[in-house]
Amino acid sequence: MTDMSLTPPPSRKRRSNWQLLMANRLAAAGLFIFGLIVLIAVLAPLLPLPDPNITDQPNRLLPPLSERHLLGTDHLGRDIVSRLIWGTQISLIVGVSATALAALFGSLIGLVAGYARGATDSILMRFVDMLMAFPYILLAIAIVAALGPGLLNALYAISIVNIPFFARNIRGVTVSIRNREFVDAARLSGKSHAAILFTEVLPNVLPVIVITMSTTVGWMILETAGLSFLGLGAQPPTADLGSMLGQARAQLFTAPHASIIPGVMIFVLVMSINLLGDGIRDVLDPRLRSGALDRPMPVTRIDRRTTPPAKLTDAPALVVDGLSTGFDTGDSITPAVRDISFRLGKGECLGLIGESGSGKSVTALSLMGLVASPPGVITDGAVYIGGEDVLSLREQQLIGLRGARVAYVFQDPLTTLHPLFPVAEQIAEAVLAHNRVGKRAAMARAIALMNTVGIRDAESRAKAYPHELSGGQRQRIGIAMALANDPDIIIADEPTTALDVTVQARILELLQDLRRERGLALLLITHDFGVVAQVCDRVAVMKNGEIVEQGDTGTVLRAPQHDYTKRLIACVPELGEGHGFLDRVRPLFEEART
Amino acid sequence: MSQNAVDIRNLVKTFGGGRNLFGITASQVQAVRGISLHLAQGETLGIVGESGSGKSTLARMLVGLERPTSGDMVIDGKPWSVLAETGPRAFGRAIQYVFQDPVASLNPRKTIGEILDVPLRLLCGYDSTKRAARKKALVDAVQMPADTLERYPHEFSGGQAQRIAIARALAAEARILVLDEPVSALDVSVQAQVLLLLQQLRDDLGLSYLFISHDLAVVESISDRVAVMYLGDVVEIGPAAQLFASPQHDYTRALIASAPRLATSDSLI
Repeated sequence: MTDMSLTPPPSRKRRSNWQLLMANRLAAAGLFIFGLIVLIAVLAPLLPLPDPNITDQPNRLLPPLSERHLLGTDHLGRDIVSRLIWGTQISLIVGVSATALAALFGSLIGLVAGYARGATDSILMRFVDMLMAFPYILLAIAIVAALGPGLLNALYAISIVNIPFFARNIRGVTVSIRNREFVDAARLSGKSHAAILFTEVLPNVLPVIVITMSTTVGWMILETAGLSFLGLGAQPPTADLGSMLGQARAQLFTAPHASIIPGVMIFVLVMSINLLGDGIRDVLDPRLRSGALDRPMPVTRIDRRTTPPAKLTDAPALVVDGLSTGFDTGDSITPAVRDISFRLGKGECLGLIGESGSGKSVTALSLMGLVASPPGVITDGAVYIGGEDVLSLREQQLIGLRGARVAYVFQDPLTTLHPLFPVAEQIAEAVLAHNRVGKRAAMARAIALMNTVGIRDAESRAKAYPHELSGGQRQRIGIAMALANDPDIIIADEPTTALDVTVQARILELLQDLRRERGLALLLITHDFGVVAQVCDRVAVMKNGEIVEQGDTGTVLRAPQHDYTKRLIACVPELGEGHGFLDRVRPLFEEART
Repeated sequence: MSQNAVDIRNLVKTFGGGRNLFGITASQVQAVRGISLHLAQGETLGIVGESGSGKSTLARMLVGLERPTSGDMVIDGKPWSVLAETGPRAFGRAIQYVFQDPVASLNPRKTIGEILDVPLRLLCGYDSTKRAARKKALVDAVQMPADTLERYPHEFSGGQAQRIAIARALAAEARILVLDEPVSALDVSVQAQVLLLLQQLRDDLGLSYLFISHDLAVVESISDRVAVMYLGDVVEIGPAAQLFASPQHDYTRALIASAPRLATSDSLI
C-alpha cells in the first residue's frame, strides 16, 4: 500500500531487441542475406577478381559457367562477377549515403518545423510541399539534368527528393512530443530551445528516424539504379547495378544473362533490406512490441483448471464464483486477479473499489470475456448470468450476450465514442446490433434513449459529433448506448472519474434513477470512496487482485474489518476537516516507516 | 516593495482572436478575465474550479509558459515583464511548477540523475561535486532511496514519480511552487503521503505554494486561503475554513454540495 517500498518490478522476461529481431524469421533471413552481400562488397578489393573495367572483345557475351568467367562476360567482354561485386559496392555506398543525407536534412527540417511551429513551420513545410508537388523520379531527373550526369549528382538528386519523406514523418512525431509536459519541465529547468530540441526531443524522435531510414534504404538503392539505368548516374566504365542493367538491355534477347544477373542482384539486395527494415520497425515501434496491434481474439482464452456446474438454480442476476484471470507471458501465466467471488441482485448496486493495479478493470472485463487475448487467460471460476455460466457458452452465444444482457459504460467517453459519426447513429448502431428493426426505427429509439438519459433537445443534438458535446453529455451518450437493448446488468468502469464534481453528481444521480426505474443490477468500479458511499448498496474492496473485504456499504465504511480497508478509508480527506486531515493521517505513515 | 511572494493584478488571457489571411478575426476564448490575487510569503493559496475555469492557464502564465494578454504580475519582488525579458532562467530561479501527470513530466529517455542535474547546472550554476551532493540531498528530502538517481522514470509508480517531479522543482531553489493538480492522478493513500510531504517541505524550507486542484477536500487540507475560479474569474476568496463553512457565492455552494462524502459524520474515525 505504501509507495515507499521499492520492490523491484516482477522479473518479467522481456526479450531484447536482438532476440525479437531474430524471432521474426523473414527479418532474420533479410539480415543474413544483406550481411552476406555487404561482406562481399566490402571485401571486393581483397578478392581475387579480374579488373572489372578491362575489355576483352574476343570473349564478349560469354555465357555463365564459362572458363575463367563464372557468370560470363558482358558486351565488351568484361567479367560479370567482378563488375557485379564492384557494382554492388557502389550501389550500396550511394544508397546508404543518400539515405543518410536525406535523413540528416529531412529530420532537421522536421524537428525545427515541428518544434518552432508558427511561421517557421509554415515556410519550411511549404518548401517541402513544393518538392512533393513534382513527380518523384521526374524531379530527380531534372536535378541531375541541371547538375550534369554523374554518380555524385545522382546521389544529391536522390537525397533531395527524399527529404520531404523524412521531414513530414519527423515533424509529425516532433509536434506530439513537443506538447508533452517534460518539454515544459525542461524549459522551467532553464534549458534553451536548442538544448531542448537536441537533448530532450531528439532522443525521443530517434527511433522514428531509424525506422524511416531502414525502410527507405532499399528504395534509394532502387532509385540510384533507376538513374544509372537511364544513363544519368554512374558513367562508363564505372560499374553500378543500374548501369550494368542499362548497358545489357540491348542484348536482352541474344545474351539475357548480362541483364538478368544485375537485375536479380538488385531484387535480392532490395528485398533483403526491406525485410530487415520491416523487422527493425517492428522491434523499435513500442506499440507493435507490446502486441497492441495484434488482433485480439473475440473472446478471452478460457483455460479453466476445474469445470464448474453450468447452471445455478435461483441465482441472482450476476454471480461470480472463484474467477481468476492471468496474463500469459510466454513461459508462465502471471495472475492478475485471483479467486474473485461476489453476487449482485436485480436492482442492486455493488461497488468494486481499489487502487490502481488492484485488478478492478480486469475483473470487470473478464465477466464478458473481454480481456484482450493474447495475453489474457481466464484460468478458473465461473460467471453466472441469470443462473447460466457464460464462460461455458459457445463463443457466438457469449458475444450475443454483450450489450444485450450485460452492458458496459467506460471511463472516458471521448475515446470510446467514434469521432466521425453523429452520436445518435452510434446509439442506433448499438440497437441494430441486437434487434432486427429498420434504420428509421433504430434512430427513433436512439432519440428516445437520449431523452431518457437527460439530454435536453435530443432531436437537435442527435446529429452532433462527440467533440461537440461536453464531457458530461458524452458520458450520458455512453450510458444511452449501454441501455440500448434493455440490459439486466450494467458494468460501469470509473464512469465519472474524468468528469468535474458537479457533473459527476448528476451522472451518478442518473445511474441511480435508471437502476430504480428499470431494476438494473449495477456493478460500479471506482477508486473513490465518496462515490461508493453515495451510490452503492454493497462494496467489495480489492487489493492485489483479490477481494479483501465485502459487505454493506454503511457497515464497511463505519467499521472496516481489514487493515487495508481501514487505511484506505482513513486516507480519504473529508470536506470540513481542514488541516486536521494531515495531522490525522501522519501517524499512519510514520508507523509504517518505522 | 511588497512582502508578497506573488501579486497578480487584473490579469487577462485571451486565446485566439488573431486575423487570418483574409482579415477575418478568429473566435476568441477568454480563459482568464481580470484576476487579482496575492500569495503571501510562506502561505499556501488553494485554487479550485472545474475544467475550463482557467486554473491551469493562470498557472502557466505565472511560470512564464504563456504570455498574458494584459495585466501585471509581480513574482518574488520582480515584475513579470522583467523576468520575461531576462529569459526562462530568471523564471526558473523565482518560481517552479509541478505538473499534474508526473510520468509525462519526466523525459522517458533520461535517468532521474540526468533530469535533476539540469536545473542544478543551469539555474544554480553549481560545479559537479556540489551537484552530486545536492542531488543526494534532494532525493533524500522527498523520501526516496538513494539509488533513485540511476533509474529511469518508467521504473517508478505514480506517487514515486511525483516525488521526483517535486524534487526537480525544489532543485531550482525557487521559493515559490505552482502545484497544478499534483495529487489528482494518485491513489488516495499515495495522495495523503504526497500531501504530507508537501506540507513538511513547505514548513522546513519556507516555501509558498499555489495549489491548484478540483478536489475541495484536498485543497482544504493543505491551504491557508482558497480562491474559487469559475469561467476565468475568481468568484470567491477567503480563509479555507471560513470559505467552506459559509460559502457566499452560488457556484461555491454548488461545488460543495456536489462533492462526494463518506456518508454520515459517524463514519469518521
